[in-house]
Amino acid sequence: MSAKIIKINGPVVIADNAENLKMNEMVKVGKNKLVGEVIGLDRGKATIQVYEETSGLKIYEEVEGTGRLLSVILGPGMIGNIYDGIQRPLSELERVGGAFIPRGVEASPLPKDTKWKVKLLKEIGDEVREGEVYAEVQERGIVHKLMVPIGVSGKIAKKSDKEEFTIDDVLYVLEDGTKLGMYQIWPVRIPRPSKKKLPPKIPLITGQRVLDTFFPISKGGTAAIPGGFGTGKTILQHQLAKWADADIIVYIGCGERGNEMTEVLTEFPDLMDPKTGKPLMDRTILIANTSNMPVSAREASIYTGITIAEYFRDMGYSVAIMADSTSRWAEALRELSGRLEEIPAEEGYPAYLSSRIAAFYERAGRVQTLSGEEGSVTVIGAVSPPGGDFSEPVTTHTKRYVKCFWALDKSLAYARHYPAINWNTSYSGYVEDLKIWYSETVDKNWYEYRRRAMELLAEDGKLQEIIKIMGEDVLPDMQKLVVGIARIIKVGLLQQNAYSEVDSFCPLDKQFKMLKIVVDFYDRARKFVEMNAALSEVLKGSVVSKLMRMKEDYKTAKDLEELEKEIEKHFEELEKVYKE
Amino acid sequence: MAVVEYTGVSSLRGPLLVVEGVKGASYDELVEIESSGKTRVGKVIMLEEGRAVVQVFEGTADLDLPGTKVRFLGKPLEMGLSPDMLGRVFDGLGRPRDGLGDMIAKEKRDINGSPINPVSRVYPRNFIQTGISAIDGMMTLIRGQKLPIFSGDGLPHNELAVQISRQATIKEGEFLVVFAAIGLRNTDAEYILNSFEETGAMKNIVAFLNLASDPVVERIATPRAALTTAEYFAFDLGYHVLVIMSDMTNYCEALREISNYRGEIPSRKGYPGYMYSDLATIYERAGIIKGREGSVTQLPILTMPNNDITHPIPDLTGYITEGQIVLSRDLHMRGIYPPINVLSSLSRLMKDGIGKGYTREDHPHLSGQLFASYSRVQDVRALASIIGEEELTDIDKAYLKFGEDFERRFLSQGRDENRNIEETLDLAWDILRDLPEEEITRVSKEEIEKYMKKR
Repeated sequence: MSAKIIKINGPVVIADNAENLKMNEMVKVGKNKLVGEVIGLDRGKATIQVYEETSGLKIYEEVEGTGRLLSVILGPGMIGNIYDGIQRPLSELERVGGAFIPRGVEASPLPKDTKWKVKLLKEIGDEVREGEVYAEVQERGIVHKLMVPIGVSGKIAKKSDKEEFTIDDVLYVLEDGTKLGMYQIWPVRIPRPSKKKLPPKIPLITGQRVLDTFFPISKGGTAAIPGGFGTGKTILQHQLAKWADADIIVYIGCGERGNEMTEVLTEFPDLMDPKTGKPLMDRTILIANTSNMPVSAREASIYTGITIAEYFRDMGYSVAIMADSTSRWAEALRELSGRLEEIPAEEGYPAYLSSRIAAFYERAGRVQTLSGEEGSVTVIGAVSPPGGDFSEPVTTHTKRYVKCFWALDKSLAYARHYPAINWNTSYSGYVEDLKIWYSETVDKNWYEYRRRAMELLAEDGKLQEIIKIMGEDVLPDMQKLVVGIARIIKVGLLQQNAYSEVDSFCPLDKQFKMLKIVVDFYDRARKFVEMNAALSEVLKGSVVSKLMRMKEDYKTAKDLEELEKEIEKHFEELEKVYKE
Repeated sequence: MAVVEYTGVSSLRGPLLVVEGVKGASYDELVEIESSGKTRVGKVIMLEEGRAVVQVFEGTADLDLPGTKVRFLGKPLEMGLSPDMLGRVFDGLGRPRDGLGDMIAKEKRDINGSPINPVSRVYPRNFIQTGISAIDGMMTLIRGQKLPIFSGDGLPHNELAVQISRQATIKEGEFLVVFAAIGLRNTDAEYILNSFEETGAMKNIVAFLNLASDPVVERIATPRAALTTAEYFAFDLGYHVLVIMSDMTNYCEALREISNYRGEIPSRKGYPGYMYSDLATIYERAGIIKGREGSVTQLPILTMPNNDITHPIPDLTGYITEGQIVLSRDLHMRGIYPPINVLSSLSRLMKDGIGKGYTREDHPHLSGQLFASYSRVQDVRALASIIGEEELTDIDKAYLKFGEDFERRFLSQGRDENRNIEETLDLAWDILRDLPEEEITRVSKEEIEKYMKKR
């Protein structure tokens, strides 16, 4: 006898006669075959979370098991695609249902008709182990490696003699009859295994000065971007998706705005990756579960995204995943928990909120894959604290599990200082880990210059408190100089216009050159102030405005040498005056 | 399907009613409740074996357990739609309330709508000129956007909404306003409708009224009825529709009330945990769809309880909408109309809808400059209040003057004053002359030459 619905409460459905269903099994609910997942079993009754709108569902309609856990299908055809929270391609849903999202549609995540040119790497008689690469497919910008599924190994008995395959074709057959095809299936809630974790030693370059220079993140690292509405979380996430030097970007629009997803969809195909010169869409996978799409699919979207990311990591790629926003995901947990009548902990969130957040961020990391290569998953999650209050549960729990905290600040955003990352409250736990890389790759003094600039900003922070009360005039010249230099750092270095052609992405060598110019300028200016030179002459308007505009006016680090010469001239002239 | 009638009402609590012995009902289904000759409507909000919980839109006052009959209609809450709706006034459920008789429906649609597939959307980038400098210059409204007004009790949000809908012009296409009054005081609703009538705009309006005295539960349906109508006019008939919904705070109060009756575990301030998702099903119905002529632009109005922008209602709204226009009590007290607090206001879609080919090439930099300079004014004012104006440096004094001009000349305008975008931008350059040129860092040298020095 099959399971039958006996209660419907929003997205939560209870079915009786459910002895044959398993925990976390994917099920088809009702005559419309809505997709659902078993989230609780109790004496023959199953609690099911339905990933589609439940309007029109009736008592005693059937619930059908599928025999497998909520899973994603992993294979060629994912790159450049846009999926909903349970990996249904939105373009396919559009083809079936038109402009509005239909229900109960089964759509293959991977295109069925595409013919892929496959390079078969193994021969009959070869031994293969789990995680080993047996074939390669050129998919858009990358080489998509087909790997032996976890738990499978053996000797190859048969090999296909074709060169082109569609997604359902078989490439090899092992002696025990196991087929190796074009795709594999993996349950989303279980992390994919790797050989071992590696230390975070290489930075993820984002081209954003405030991140790369001041609060860097490593490949395989974790970061949170908390900020109230209007502080620029989404724009920063878009910038990272555009410019981060990862091989693959997985962008999860989790409970966010429809128009913003459309923006990504229209913009990315036209933008070029600065590293490879190919369209950004060639390395991007989008998951869109907008705020008005079913809430339980929002809960699943995070797992769908990270599982896809791990799959590409296992091929030896560096993958960056942007989740915008994890708060919406946490709210989905809260909403479902409420429907399940669980006892709430803080602010109505379930008690397992913290462990779920931990489990998600712990899936990040730089690893040695089962096939011996190096891959990484970097996780960057936006957090939307209610009222911009960072003491709320999602922010505080997230803070415990991430190493970078890029705090967005309302007052900076109001003054249109973008990215509105507050330099006093943000931190990166990777600075020490990345010190060696930066000193070897960028400049041996990088660490020291960074420290000096941070010091200036911290001192300025204290002075600003005084200025607020007494005005700038009461400060001695030496402190006015600090305030002036800090202003150059804030306007000239930290601010970066996402829509500027020159400055949207700032290469590392230029970043360092800019930093060096400002800090060196400070050191030389100090000497003159000590000699009682007039501050207005040391911080001459024309020179200061050049420093503030150098990000736009000089394209490369090389071009900045011009500016260095001009500064040199400025100080030489000063010297002439004050020598006398 | 045969409609079955039940009499087994076992409990009445607030707007909720429980019927026993139900067979074959479906979730979210429309229900008719009959008692002493009067019919009300409701919908199924929970189903169990043999038992259904029904939410009654008109409330349960006067119902009794034995005499109440419940009919399950086998379809969701639908409303009739027709081009004849133009110029008419409906109640919160979409039934005529202007005494002009019934309307023949061409279409019937579920008022809940369905989510628009992000793949099928067109990214909005066409500017709507509202004729209000603060909005056009600094938080530009884009066709297909949802841009709420965050207001407070006693602030002129209704006047502003009326002025926007009267002055709003788009370059091409037919324009239409759908107005939804949600729990609005009678005088406010009257004011809005009268203003439209006076200017002859009424023939281009469809109004849905749920007044403060009307049933609370009906408020849940009112914005949905309005948006279903808007979608019909936009995506079926090709109109550019501006939807004004006032006041969304009353909608959220209704949501909280019902949640409470349902015995749900509350989240912040007693509002239900699903308020974000619920509001999203309303606000996300703005947009433009590929291959269709029209557009739905939303201008929801909400009054922030206690002027608190971190209150759950403005907070959750701000996370869904594409920006916000915030009204300030302080500016209002100083007699500035419209009292828009530009620093906390924002239009997220502005960046792609302004500049060359849309408004004017200098617009993006110029608006950035206004924001940066006006935000500095706040610091200077704070300082001046401590050390006195005389003690300020010359630059700071220039900022004070700029702040004054910004508020009195740029922000302020008459209730009938309609400034086009050229006028707004030129005015902005004009007040920037208060500042020394070194302070103007967000615009390019060429722009300063071309626009600031031209007169």
